[in-house]
Amino acid sequence: MIALKTFKKGGVHPEENKISAHAPIQKLPFPKQAIVPLGQNLGAPSKPLVKRGDEVNTGQLIAKAEGFIAANLHSPFTGKVLKVDDAIDSSGYRRPAIFIEVQEEEKWEEGIDTSEAIIREIKADKQAIIDQIKQCGIVGLGGATFPTHVKLMIPDGKKAEYLIINGVECEPYLTSDHRLMLEKGEEMLIGIKILMKALEVEKAIVGIENNKPDAINHLSELAKQYAGISIQPLKVKYPQGGEKQLIKATVNREVPSGKLPIEVGCIVSNVGTAVAVYEAVQKNKPLIERVVTVTGKAVKKPSNFMVRVGTPVQMLIEAAEGLPDNTGKIINGGPMMGKAITSLEVPIVKGSSGILLMKNEESRRGIPQTCIRCSKCTIACPMGLEPFLLAKMAKLSLYERAETEKIMDCIECGSCQFTCPSNLPLLDYLRLGKNKVGQIIRSRK
Amino acid sequence: MSQFTISGSPHVHGEESVKKIMYTVVLALVPAILVSTYFFGLDAVRVLLIAVISCLFFEWVIQKYLIKGPVTITDGSAVVAGLLLAFNVPANLPWWILVIGALVTIGIGKMSFGGLGKNPFNPALVGRVFMLISFPVQMTSWPVAKPIFAEGLTDAITGPTALGLLKEGLDAGKTVDQILADPSMPAYLDRLTGNMSGSLGEMSAIALIIGGLFMIWRKVIDWQVPVSIILTVFVFAGIFHLIDPTFYIDPTFHLFTGGLMLGAIYMATDMVSSPMNISGKWIYGIGIGLITIIIRMWGAYPEGISFAILIMNAFVPLINNSFKPKRFGLVANKK
Repeated sequence: MIALKTFKKGGVHPEENKISAHAPIQKLPFPKQAIVPLGQNLGAPSKPLVKRGDEVNTGQLIAKAEGFIAANLHSPFTGKVLKVDDAIDSSGYRRPAIFIEVQEEEKWEEGIDTSEAIIREIKADKQAIIDQIKQCGIVGLGGATFPTHVKLMIPDGKKAEYLIINGVECEPYLTSDHRLMLEKGEEMLIGIKILMKALEVEKAIVGIENNKPDAINHLSELAKQYAGISIQPLKVKYPQGGEKQLIKATVNREVPSGKLPIEVGCIVSNVGTAVAVYEAVQKNKPLIERVVTVTGKAVKKPSNFMVRVGTPVQMLIEAAEGLPDNTGKIINGGPMMGKAITSLEVPIVKGSSGILLMKNEESRRGIPQTCIRCSKCTIACPMGLEPFLLAKMAKLSLYERAETEKIMDCIECGSCQFTCPSNLPLLDYLRLGKNKVGQIIRSRK
Repeated sequence: MSQFTISGSPHVHGEESVKKIMYTVVLALVPAILVSTYFFGLDAVRVLLIAVISCLFFEWVIQKYLIKGPVTITDGSAVVAGLLLAFNVPANLPWWILVIGALVTIGIGKMSFGGLGKNPFNPALVGRVFMLISFPVQMTSWPVAKPIFAEGLTDAITGPTALGLLKEGLDAGKTVDQILADPSMPAYLDRLTGNMSGSLGEMSAIALIIGGLFMIWRKVIDWQVPVSIILTVFVFAGIFHLIDPTFYIDPTFHLFTGGLMLGAIYMATDMVSSPMNISGKWIYGIGIGLITIIIRMWGAYPEGISFAILIMNAFVPLINNSFKPKRFGLVANKK
């Protein structure tokens, strides 16, 4: 057997725990009340277009993109706007959101094709595709929620060569992308074709880790009908889903420090985003729902749900047969990069890929001990940094030195802290350091 | 107030711990412990026990009564220091010297710098070199190895090490061939299995290599340090052997005698006092190899690896600052 491709530097191998991999995607019932946060994308939050008492249809534009890196927001439900007010988001902050009283009977905005029929022919041209994606509020569904239309606008003088599609799903537990690849494979491939047309690239590579052989086989079979798309199995290694790591693994190019993938002729997009692009361009359907995994060792029925944005986490947990008694931590996302949330009222947003319930005994960190200079963090770091040193610099406020030691290259994957035998909160310090160094860099401009 | 734990990612841990690492090292030392017990019998057990217990005792006393901080003697680091200290002394060393050595190891080598993780020098080597300089006679009269099941020879017999014989012989103007023909020089196979005079842990290269492979497999040590030391010694000694075989012994002799394997596999690889980055590990290993062979060939002592490691330990901060890991995205891309 030929050695599987992967990225070379660093990485760890956490327990995979893909316990929900065989649960088909189910539609989740609607909540009574939805909370739709205005800041669901990287960049500026959207500006609300509705006010208290307004009736909204499903798919209606309710908040508009403000600024360059921004995205439109559409109503995920039919109903009445209760208020525009602050609500706790998954970071624990109170941020503005639109509260909608959900009406049982659904009324879609006009012009949206809600049928299951697959439309294969791509009629839209390059500009029409980008406009449509912008209109429909598509953002990267891998978690970073970068507005997709911005990504498709290649800066002058640069040329995209490869479209790389992220089907890695290297986070333990999460299976939403896996299920999507199995159940919406055809839509996904058409979505990739649309993205290829918009980017004017000939080659697209779908990177999938080898722990999803069914997805690899299924898509390889389908991809025979789609010229230019190849499926690339990858060795299981975290954080392969990191943009830079995935580019290294698939086309063996290194994105220079501080630069974007386009520097090496690549554009990376998530499999979920490809499906959303398909729906936007072929069916005129805005991004109002996504697949969310609900999982955890104590969860009675680990599941994958098709969830409308704005649905409270509570409802997903109920659909997975309830919150286990010994739940100690609720994570929005995977165990490596997800955020612990404070309340079950937190709504699902465009970037939520999973809800992970951890048992009490799993939810606490080990007691930090002294650094024994074992260099395991340095070996695990996929960016070739020295986490122990950067953490120390952040602790001692040596921000200038941390900058020269490339703290801003940190992708916050958590491999260092995962591997640290002394249980040191390395990533906490690194985040603090990145925050401060970022401020310093911005203040120079 | 939320009933759920809130903390930053990552929310899972690889289950690696300081304790696990330390006891893996202990486990890796078991083959060598068995070999030394086989050759030196109860004397070996006595030395091992005294060293480990004294190291644990001094760490406990210092942490509890001098530092008045948390006592962490169960983390295994003092056990490792004790075992390595015992490995570096002859089996017939008087107990009180060993206790003083343990005090220096823990007190000066480790705790005076702030304890585990802070010491710039390998503590066991600090203790060993202290004893070597303070008690040169006791530290260099090695008992002759006497397998427990073999008959004949009594305990009292001591003899020089292979390296000692070589040095004495060369100083007396003999050629390498004449020295190797000396009946007290251990035969080639004995040098490999450890059937010769020497410190407790210097005996069997094979047992040490088995432990080393185990540690590399368990990712407790990196292969770069031992390999670079061994390669450097081999190449450097090999060059001189090729130039003048009557005066310079063949390089494999250097590899399997004295503390080279022990030093390269267990002492130089000490996490705390060795470089953090791969390129640095090579520089460090090559430095140790060179200094070792220079001391062995032209120095006053027959054996030089302890000094070599301590000298290179001192360079570690400099190495760490100068040899950084290869950053991602700082290499020119081939289009």
